[in-house]
Amino acid sequence: MKNVSSFLAGLLFAIGLGVGGMTLPSKVIGFLDFFGNWDPSLAFVMGGAVVVYFLAYRVVRGNAPVLDSAFSLPTKTLIDHRLLGGAATFGVGWGLAGYCPGPALTSLGAGSLDAAAFTVAMFAGMLLVEAERRVRIRVARPVRV
Amino acid sequence: MIDIVILPLAGGILIGLAAGAFLLVNGRIAGISGIVGGAFSSSAREASWRYAFVGGLLAGGFLLWLVMPSAFPQPTTSSNQSLGVLIVAGLLVGIGTRLGSGCTSGHGVCGIARFSPRSLSATLMFIATGALAVIAARFFGVSP
Repeated sequence: MKNVSSFLAGLLFAIGLGVGGMTLPSKVIGFLDFFGNWDPSLAFVMGGAVVVYFLAYRVVRGNAPVLDSAFSLPTKTLIDHRLLGGAATFGVGWGLAGYCPGPALTSLGAGSLDAAAFTVAMFAGMLLVEAERRVRIRVARPVRV
Repeated sequence: MIDIVILPLAGGILIGLAAGAFLLVNGRIAGISGIVGGAFSSSAREASWRYAFVGGLLAGGFLLWLVMPSAFPQPTTSSNQSLGVLIVAGLLVGIGTRLGSGCTSGHGVCGIARFSPRSLSATLMFIATGALAVIAARFFGVSP
């Protein structure tokens, strides 16, 4: 059941991205082009999504989720170098190609070769961070005598 | 007006509904980089729903291609951007979203709507460096 609801949420999410124009890299780059021919579309997409999600979050949060015993929500509160450095790195890639993870996967479903190349590289980047995390955990673990 | 206000707002509302329904039913944040990246993580005992979500994104893309092909650069299957730029950009997005614990959906939509200071900081940061990248790409002549 969890897989069915996940699939449907992903499906609706992708349709929202496409309807909103976010699967057109030119529109995303147009939004980031504040000193050129600025395209405000992304602000309306984000604004619409934030308002709806804000309301949903208020309504939903009191109870438990339908298919689980508790919510799995982010607990970190620290604004550190990892967060800001990661976001800065992500932004550069986003501005270069006009793709972020959701639109890239949606475009891949539409058969886009550009999105395929981007997605393969994105997976490689994610695996690199995962590898770094495993090394860090291994180094931090005390040696048993 | 339709392309830069009405359709973006409609798309945003659909994204908000999808993310809200995912919270209501699965109890999780609809952050794409976290969902995908978690599938690569060592602690992925519960990975099947992650693949299902990605499958939904892919199926949604296919459906859009059938009924609304204008949602994608035309023609969809030809390459519109330099392969080198796409690969560098993809690597940066993969590394950055995992280090920074989120992307446009997790931080920019879900996090901001939850008034998370972390997500607001991350969002301002990636919009700022994204804007700088657009300027730099134009300056060095690599813009698509």
